[in-house]
Amino acid sequence: MDRLLFLFATGLARGAVFALFALSLVLIWRAARIINFAQGAMALVATYLAFAVTGLTGSYAAGLAAGILGGAAIGWAIERGVMRHAPHSTPLAGVIVAIGLVMVLQSLLGIVFGPQYRPMAAPFDETPIFLGGVPVLSPYDLFILVVALGVMGLLAVLFTRTSLGLQLRASAFAPEVSRMLGVRVDRMVTIGWMLSAAVAALAALLLIPTELGLNPHSTDMLFVYAFTVAVVGGLDSPVGALVGGLTVGVVISLVTGYLGSTVAPIGVLVLLVVVLLVRPGGVFSMREARTA
Amino acid sequence: MTGALQIEALTVGYGGAPVLHDVSFALAPGEVVALLGANGAGKTTLLRTLVGLVAATAGTLRLDAGDLRTLRTEERARRGLALVPDGQSVVAELTVEENLHLGALWRHRGRARTRAVDEIFTLFAPLARRRDSAGHQLSGGERQMLALGRALIAEPVVLALDEPSLGLAPLVVAQLMGTLREAARQRGLTVLLAEQNVTSALSIADRGVVLDLGRIVADAPADQLAADETLRHAYLGF
Repeated sequence: MDRLLFLFATGLARGAVFALFALSLVLIWRAARIINFAQGAMALVATYLAFAVTGLTGSYAAGLAAGILGGAAIGWAIERGVMRHAPHSTPLAGVIVAIGLVMVLQSLLGIVFGPQYRPMAAPFDETPIFLGGVPVLSPYDLFILVVALGVMGLLAVLFTRTSLGLQLRASAFAPEVSRMLGVRVDRMVTIGWMLSAAVAALAALLLIPTELGLNPHSTDMLFVYAFTVAVVGGLDSPVGALVGGLTVGVVISLVTGYLGSTVAPIGVLVLLVVVLLVRPGGVFSMREARTA
Repeated sequence: MTGALQIEALTVGYGGAPVLHDVSFALAPGEVVALLGANGAGKTTLLRTLVGLVAATAGTLRLDAGDLRTLRTEERARRGLALVPDGQSVVAELTVEENLHLGALWRHRGRARTRAVDEIFTLFAPLARRRDSAGHQLSGGERQMLALGRALIAEPVVLALDEPSLGLAPLVVAQLMGTLREAARQRGLTVLLAEQNVTSALSIADRGVVLDLGRIVADAPADQLAADETLRHAYLGF
């Protein structure tokens, strides 16, 4: 029972990161109708930046801030410099450009920083805290959970309570109508990319210290898990990303704990296939419109 | 801004196939003009060109002597040019209130925006009862009311409407046209109303412009058009 509780709690913390990264994919999908396969590679560039800043200043907070701001800047540069110029006639064009970006960015990181794993220190202790003799969460897991859920809460406020959020949502759902109402849709798409890339950078920054370390392929599995979460939850649904992320995190933690780490990715892919077969739009996919 | 709209020698085509040929007419400030014609006459293309969703091949578009063709769609909206497109222009995922706020965003801020939304709810009472309903939950008539209210809330100087009566019951059409005429009169709006429902359109218009296969075939006062039997039979189908 103690083990179950521990695995459940750590699964929630990992799941919050998956949810955050999945949310970044949802943000891009809603802003530009692109499944951004380059999201992991873009987040990695920001993480290397954070790594360098922390190394130079000795401050985790400075590195974290640099990583998030760097992520936003990368999002801006990729949208303005690359994606805006990709043909919009077919969704496949954006996907192919994104895959090309993955190769370019990961190769550049490999050339500049080398293929070795670089240890990235967590800002808090990773030893579990015991509650009533039962191991629950480490201080770092708690930090992850608070930051991830806090950021998701802030994004929810941004999207539902502010004028900018209203314009972002309207531009995503109905770009032509939004233009006719005076909304500067191109600007909203750029902001969507910046927000999304910053959130993805934060997710990578939170997760990498708990893994093997920083390497040009550190976010590969994070992307696969988060992509699964986004598809399972529904690419249009931030709530789906949250619930799906926490669910996948707990499932991975339990499967890893009881059946071994090699089984976990298979379990996630089985979940992806089942959802695609049963409900292709995702569990929390959008409503059907009234027709009369 | 007074709302004087001038269309001169406008030519528009899709993929090299011309849809509008050398179209010229003007709307005086506060004038209500019905744009009439059968399916495929070019009414929708003309309205979409006006707001910048379709690029013109040649010609000029001027609003109060300012050149519109150099402006993007969103900038034309901010100059006071509003289009209520046909079909489903309500943002289905947003609530009625959010749709109205969206229309008011660049024009009003803070409390002024809330007041403007309340004014639209006064003008379209049925919408007030659906304030928190999502766009996709509305009936066809409610959607059309919302689209019109959302255009009016930005206080445009020129309001273009594309087939607002499409798919609506005659009673709803009559109400909608009445509200439109009243709003235009009260606000001094210049209105360009594209309609296949000729009787309804001419009942509230000062003037009518008839398009046939992308060319203007008549431009005359509304009562004169309604009385011209030859024209009615040839181009308006009644």
